[in-house]
Amino acid sequence: MRRRLVWRAARLHESRAETATARTLVFDVPGWPGHVAGQHVDVRLTADDGYTAQRSYSLAAPADGERIELTVETVPDGEVSPYLNEVVEPGDQVEIRGPVGGWFVWRPESKAPVVLVGGGSGIVPLMAMIRARRQAGSRAPFRLLYSLRDQDSRYFAAELRQPEAGLDIAYLYTRATPSGAARPAGRITLADLAEGGWPADFEPDCYVCGPTGFVEAAADLLLALGHPPERIRTERFGPTGG
Amino acid sequence: MGIVSRGFRGRRREGGDELPPGQYLVEDFPVLSAGPTPRVPLDRWEFAIDTEDGQTHRWSWQEFMALPMQTPTVDIHCVTKWTKLGTTWEGVSLDVFFEDVESAAEYALVYSYGGYTTNLPLEELLDGKAWIVHSFDGEELEPRHGGPARLLVPHLYFWKSAKWVRGIRLLNEDSPGVWETAGYHNYGDPWREQRYEGD
Amino acid sequence: MTAEHLDGNALAGPLGEIFAVDVTAAIGRCASCGLTGPVAALRVYGPEPGLVARCPGCEEVVLRLVRGPGTAWLDLRGTVSLRLNIPD
Repeated sequence: MRRRLVWRAARLHESRAETATARTLVFDVPGWPGHVAGQHVDVRLTADDGYTAQRSYSLAAPADGERIELTVETVPDGEVSPYLNEVVEPGDQVEIRGPVGGWFVWRPESKAPVVLVGGGSGIVPLMAMIRARRQAGSRAPFRLLYSLRDQDSRYFAAELRQPEAGLDIAYLYTRATPSGAARPAGRITLADLAEGGWPADFEPDCYVCGPTGFVEAAADLLLALGHPPERIRTERFGPTGG
Repeated sequence: MGIVSRGFRGRRREGGDELPPGQYLVEDFPVLSAGPTPRVPLDRWEFAIDTEDGQTHRWSWQEFMALPMQTPTVDIHCVTKWTKLGTTWEGVSLDVFFEDVESAAEYALVYSYGGYTTNLPLEELLDGKAWIVHSFDGEELEPRHGGPARLLVPHLYFWKSAKWVRGIRLLNEDSPGVWETAGYHNYGDPWREQRYEGD
Repeated sequence: MTAEHLDGNALAGPLGEIFAVDVTAAIGRCASCGLTGPVAALRVYGPEPGLVARCPGCEEVVLRLVRGPGTAWLDLRGTVSLRLNIPD
């Protein structure tokens, strides 16, 4: 049984750029109770006059004791994400509440094949699942389909470039493809999911995360390929981000 | 108060004397939604006033547009703490709609396309204090801001200014609306900071 | 704008302030159309002035949550039942 959620003080340990507009932030959170891959946290910022703003962000990696990682994309004209990308420095404090969410999660005990479908910053909770699989030494076969604008908007680029047994990755570029790429730039298609995912009769667990329009489209395509709705778990990044 | 994050200021700007307590100024026009945006074709749009004894007065879009228009410039105050100054609207005063309505009711429940409701004392809608508006800033009112037509009651928090307005039901007993049944104040005067039940 | 709503995963934090178990993994039944499914799959609007969770089948309101200073208001009248997994 979990206790009721409380806000905890979190101190920035370090941060690193993922792309020109996204950073991974590593926080120390005294009392952190641990979490499952796919869960998220709420981050609250308070100004010196008491004004507050709060947003949700996915955890990007398994916990390292009381140390957690978030990867945050800057939303233009946003309120919280520009602060986390451009202002906060090591030693600064924010408040964090979590972990939360018990639906969009992958547990290392699960042996079922997994299809991960991420759009843009929707890669973050899926990356947490890939890292949790690696950390647990799981042999569950994973396939990742990562839809992104172009090569420069790739998160976790160096880490994903390392070959990993049991993890297949397909990059689906929507605007510009690297030279020599066979697939033309464009939105995710039925063929992408048929080739880069697992067939429905393998009974994979499917996780889809990204902007609302992307999630609806990808989930519809998975249904069209015969995946049952109860095996398709979705998480949307909506208009209230930032 | 929670732990202060160094260097965090947020989007808000300082409020002045012209702002109700706890409000901050915005220049944009935030959109808050509680459901999908209704799309109402003008040839099927109507506005109605239903009296407490079962009479209904109806206006089609054409009839609405033929009524005398006003262009109020008012300040609007959202319960989520933003205030926008000097907004200009175009529409018809509710006094015009109520000219031929006979009623002894004290309460009004405003209802909208899409299912939204909000309640207020009938007198808050009369004497030049409220309008049904179809334009904002010289432009046709966008669906996300309540178009084709919304209620405008600027002296109360803006959730009382129902988007996509469809009608007003006159009642002898007060009947709390969508937000008034979920913790928000029944009356909602921004100058007395009546945000939540019990304020 | 196509992206008007979030999904029920976004309720995990706000409901976690109230309940000791994760409600987003609970299976709910819509009072309007009878559809059953996880709270995580609801369509969520808000968060201000309040969180409004609608049924993905019929779009009726299933759950509402308003958070004020020191108080939360939770409206579940659109929900027939919630089935929660609770460790014994």
